[in-house]
Amino acid sequence: MTGDGGEHRGHGPLNPGATRPDMIDAGPLDPGAPLDPLPGHSSRGRLERVLRAGEFAVTAELSPPDSADPTEVYQRASIFDGWVDAINATDGSGANCHMSSVGVCALLTRVGYAPVMQISCRDKNRIAIQGDVLGAAAMGVGNVLCLTGDGVQCGDHPQAKPVFDLDSLSLIESIRTMRDEGRFLSGRPLSHPPELFIGAAENPFAPPYEFRPLRLAKKIAAGAQFIQTQYCYDLPALERFMTRVRDLGLHERCFILVGVGPLASAKAARWIREHVPGVHIPDAVIERIEKAPRQREEGKRVCIELIEQIREIPGVSGIHLMAYRQEEAVAEIIERSGVLRGRRPHNVIARWAAFQQRRALALTAPA
Amino acid sequence: MYALRLWSVRHAGLLSGVYAGFERLLTWCDPLLRRVGYDRLEPPVAAVERGVKGLLFDCRMCGQCALGSTGLSCPMNCPKNLRNGPCGGVRLDGMCEVLPAMRCVWVEAWQGSRRMAGGNAIMAVQKPVDHRLWGRSAWLGVLRAGPAAGRAES
Repeated sequence: MTGDGGEHRGHGPLNPGATRPDMIDAGPLDPGAPLDPLPGHSSRGRLERVLRAGEFAVTAELSPPDSADPTEVYQRASIFDGWVDAINATDGSGANCHMSSVGVCALLTRVGYAPVMQISCRDKNRIAIQGDVLGAAAMGVGNVLCLTGDGVQCGDHPQAKPVFDLDSLSLIESIRTMRDEGRFLSGRPLSHPPELFIGAAENPFAPPYEFRPLRLAKKIAAGAQFIQTQYCYDLPALERFMTRVRDLGLHERCFILVGVGPLASAKAARWIREHVPGVHIPDAVIERIEKAPRQREEGKRVCIELIEQIREIPGVSGIHLMAYRQEEAVAEIIERSGVLRGRRPHNVIARWAAFQQRRALALTAPA
Repeated sequence: MYALRLWSVRHAGLLSGVYAGFERLLTWCDPLLRRVGYDRLEPPVAAVERGVKGLLFDCRMCGQCALGSTGLSCPMNCPKNLRNGPCGGVRLDGMCEVLPAMRCVWVEAWQGSRRMAGGNAIMAVQKPVDHRLWGRSAWLGVLRAGPAAGRAES
């Protein structure tokens, strides 16, 4: 393998496979290959395996570079290596231009990371999106996250034409049609349907609050199998949402991963609340960080406490860490929160090292 | 008109009842209309529809009306044209992410749907917009699709 970029920052024995013969999230031979198909699974990716095995999953968001250098992507991914079950590749989040999610996923799958390819309806019509979905599945992407997308007004190109040909619901349904019925929206057949674990977003913290759980039900009816929520800083609001979700039995029909992230300072928190659509941060949280002597540390502590509490909420299957500009804190937050309960997710760099070691041994072994 | 659009959603119960009667009338007239020819009727009917629904709902004439499934709040007024529910960017005061001076179309839609008979149609997953139908009459569209499809719409 070339170009993995960063040094090995994961934990653990170099060859986790050797100590974990029961690994649910790794292929035995080629670390980059999709897993063998399993009954009851719609993808060949690790995230679905981990969730269906009943483990509490952890995913993290990779912020794509403003660069054409692949090592920048690998460096960013290596920070998460061995700590997360999948890496979200964002698609022009906040309507700002960055390397595309398709491009990031191409690089990540090349070396065996498990990406969640985010697809926003803002920039592409149904022809472009369906083409990207086929291409992504062909590259080994196992998961997609279907999003409406932030409005162009909040990004760096407010002059751009907003597309919104599909909405998140019809996007979910389109991908499910491609996968389960083996055809495009036009009806034209696919010779090999994409094997994908289909995700969607939900924001329990934005009005209309009563409709939010029902909208989740609608997304599940359209084909969503997992949900990643907007940042949670308001635990009582999440608990109200989850109570309704359990009443409707939705947690048994899809996996819910709650979005979390550390706030760098009270000032940053206020800025996010003002400028990032859909993020609700209660005053109490901001005041607590403001009063702390070391705000960044306090922001991490708030995040860790939230993770501990979210993990106890029945019906929650995992967390989704969005540590924008604090990616280096992800491993620490996961470790200190104990959210994995000792489980060690797939470590791409370690697996490659072990793989190369085995191959070298095979080459030097006497015939 | 924005104020009238909000009024229409507040009176979704009444207006959806009026529309149900109107649709029955249209269906009753269908044999006559078909004899005249839907294509010949398209321009005048579309003009009337544009006037009436434009006034009451700020209708954009997408040609595939979803008002019955959206609490009489026209989803094409959403800057993202969302036909299946609100995005995650709705402001805490219920205003639109993109246009802060406008109530979120889907906050309105949810309230409207609670006021009208058959409001649970808000749970139906809407298909993507067929962009060939812009400017065409959705009323005639219901007739063209046949009476059974018409009932499913409302």
